[in-house]
Amino acid sequence: MIFDYTVIWDSLPLYFGGVLVTLKLLAIALFFGLLLAIPLGLMRTSRSLWVNGPAWLYTYVIRGTPMLVQLFLVYYGLAQFEAVRDSVLWPYLSNATFCACLAFAINTSAYSAEILAGSLKATPHGEIEAAKAMGMSRAKLYRRILLPSALRRALPQYSNEVIMMLHTTSLASIVTLIDITGAARTVSSQYYLPFEAFITAGLFYLCLTFILVRLFKLAERRWLAYLAPRRS
Amino acid sequence: MYKLEVTDLHKRYGSHEVLKGVSLAAKAGDVISIIGSSGSGKSTFLRCINLLEQPHAGQILLNGEALKLLPGKDGALRAADDKQLQRLRSRLAMVFQHFNLWAHMSVLENVMEAPVHVLGMSKAEARDKAEHYLQKVGVAHRKAAYPAHMSGGEQQRVAIARALAMEPEVMLFDEPTSALDPELVGDVLKVMRDLADEGRTMVVVTHEMGFAREVSNGLLFLHQGLVEEQGDPREVLVNPQSQRLQQFLSGSLK
Amino acid sequence: MLNGYGSSIIEGAWLTLILALTSMAVAIVLGLIGAAFRLSPVRWLALLGETYSTVIRGIPDLVLILLIFYGGQDMVNRVAPMLGYDEYIDINPFIAGVFTMGFIFGAYLSETFRGAFMAIPKGQAEAGAAYGMSGLQVFMRILVPQMIRFAIPGFTNNWLVLTKATALISVVGLQDMMFKAKSAADATREPFTFYLAVAGLYLVITSVSLLALRYLEKRYSVGTRAAEL
Repeated sequence: MIFDYTVIWDSLPLYFGGVLVTLKLLAIALFFGLLLAIPLGLMRTSRSLWVNGPAWLYTYVIRGTPMLVQLFLVYYGLAQFEAVRDSVLWPYLSNATFCACLAFAINTSAYSAEILAGSLKATPHGEIEAAKAMGMSRAKLYRRILLPSALRRALPQYSNEVIMMLHTTSLASIVTLIDITGAARTVSSQYYLPFEAFITAGLFYLCLTFILVRLFKLAERRWLAYLAPRRS
Repeated sequence: MYKLEVTDLHKRYGSHEVLKGVSLAAKAGDVISIIGSSGSGKSTFLRCINLLEQPHAGQILLNGEALKLLPGKDGALRAADDKQLQRLRSRLAMVFQHFNLWAHMSVLENVMEAPVHVLGMSKAEARDKAEHYLQKVGVAHRKAAYPAHMSGGEQQRVAIARALAMEPEVMLFDEPTSALDPELVGDVLKVMRDLADEGRTMVVVTHEMGFAREVSNGLLFLHQGLVEEQGDPREVLVNPQSQRLQQFLSGSLK
Repeated sequence: MLNGYGSSIIEGAWLTLILALTSMAVAIVLGLIGAAFRLSPVRWLALLGETYSTVIRGIPDLVLILLIFYGGQDMVNRVAPMLGYDEYIDINPFIAGVFTMGFIFGAYLSETFRGAFMAIPKGQAEAGAAYGMSGLQVFMRILVPQMIRFAIPGFTNNWLVLTKATALISVVGLQDMMFKAKSAADATREPFTFYLAVAGLYLVITSVSLLALRYLEKRYSVGTRAAEL
């Protein structure tokens, strides 16, 4: 079997460029996604149907449909409407990077909102009672007790979501962006070496995944130390 | 001839020696109680007999047949012949401290399971035997129930029926009443007493001194991995020779 | 409304469903083997299982699909001449899709099944062994039935992810509903319409799946205490 890795070696700059694009997409998607997820997650814990309902519908639809469909709806689908093409948003919505980030952010916001809602609902009841007994207002209760506690306890599940998002960014290659997968597809089609090209991409993603897992383990050690079993 | 013979069993966990040479011999109809404080190695000893734990040295003979053992990693002995191990295990029957009834099967299915799938009995014959033994221990009316819906005492009696259905040579009891609420202990002890009266060969690890004194005809007192004292319970428990046994019985040796 | 492409999309939806079900069947088998390996006392088996699980879960589905489909096709055609085949071997996209999806999700399921096996109280297997059951008997008659109850939440999650991931197979040319939607969208210049329709169909599949699996969870809890919470 002949493996041609000299081509890969020569293409490494392309791959590294792809890593930067991947990380950029990931960071933007996670930032805006989490920003949106916090109010959404809070809405999902509400007992009022008017508040919980729309949030539930949002997360249900987003989590029930493939990411690829969501991406295509934003990237290809919106362009169908003249109103969109004539609007002030068009320069943004015709840009592949913007569309990808938008679709990714919406996607992660739904999953993150559910994770946060689950974490909020699992708050030990006694802690809430203690805060109320001390006269904390509702806002203060949320800001000082509920949210910090819930965000911390959501860390393990959120770390899974972040890694899922890392993998999801590979779809950006389908809408012309040159992330890691995009680099691999370029190399594959240019040199007719799909095997080497995609194995290399796989290795890059594996490395990034390991790094992220490590980072989250450190984060857990720092922020979830109070939940760790006692070291005798 | 001895039904069960265990010679010079040794076991260690890493560098900590838990059994330092314990032996036991049971003839047909013997009911042997093993007592001792926690950490004395009594449960470990019992579990070595059917190789749920791996001893580091010693011999195990059932009806004169020696269980073939080979040293594995770390020197722990494992069965040389898996088929022989399975066969000998099916001739012993164990009743566990935490019952270990199979949660996804009904009471009847629990009792029928091993006779059908290990002994190769027909389902009809296994069912008849199962119902007979469930009746014997007093839980026949619960044969369609699931273990999770039963009290501890009922579950343990089902476990005893499960053991009886295998019609074993020797029955092994690992602290059968330790996990039961006090009111339920009596029911289980009564069943065990009836079995002893029938002439079954039993080896029982227990804390129940009353049972040890009145039902068993042999007693082993283990202390830190060695047999400190042994003999007829009616003598040994009334006139303990060793100081440790005296302390244990008076409750000061925990 | 769908410009006559409706039936084409439905055809694609049917293929999507069959692909998902077949892949899941393959994944279940690989997942059980993977879990058994990971829990095995034999060191190299455990290592093999862990490598399978870690590597597959560390690489995006899309990359694995492209690798196995294009890379696999490429490899087959590099090796074939050495074995005497001179013609170009074309791998059927459906077979490639089933194998790829099954292989990927086998890794995820091995993780789910491993957790489920570990949740079974140790005494259950011990009792089986103590009564003379062979290792295989304990596995099939005691462990697997009880594992199912613990595995259902994780399995549900994996099934839902699998059904959505099948959309990616359209990228390598399998004519599932994504592919059909793209063709229709390109032809009619109405991408929003068709992708929305397809989104609706996926939503139907996931909703029905959720209901079905919820029912399954109730059925398999029959041996447990009612007030488990």
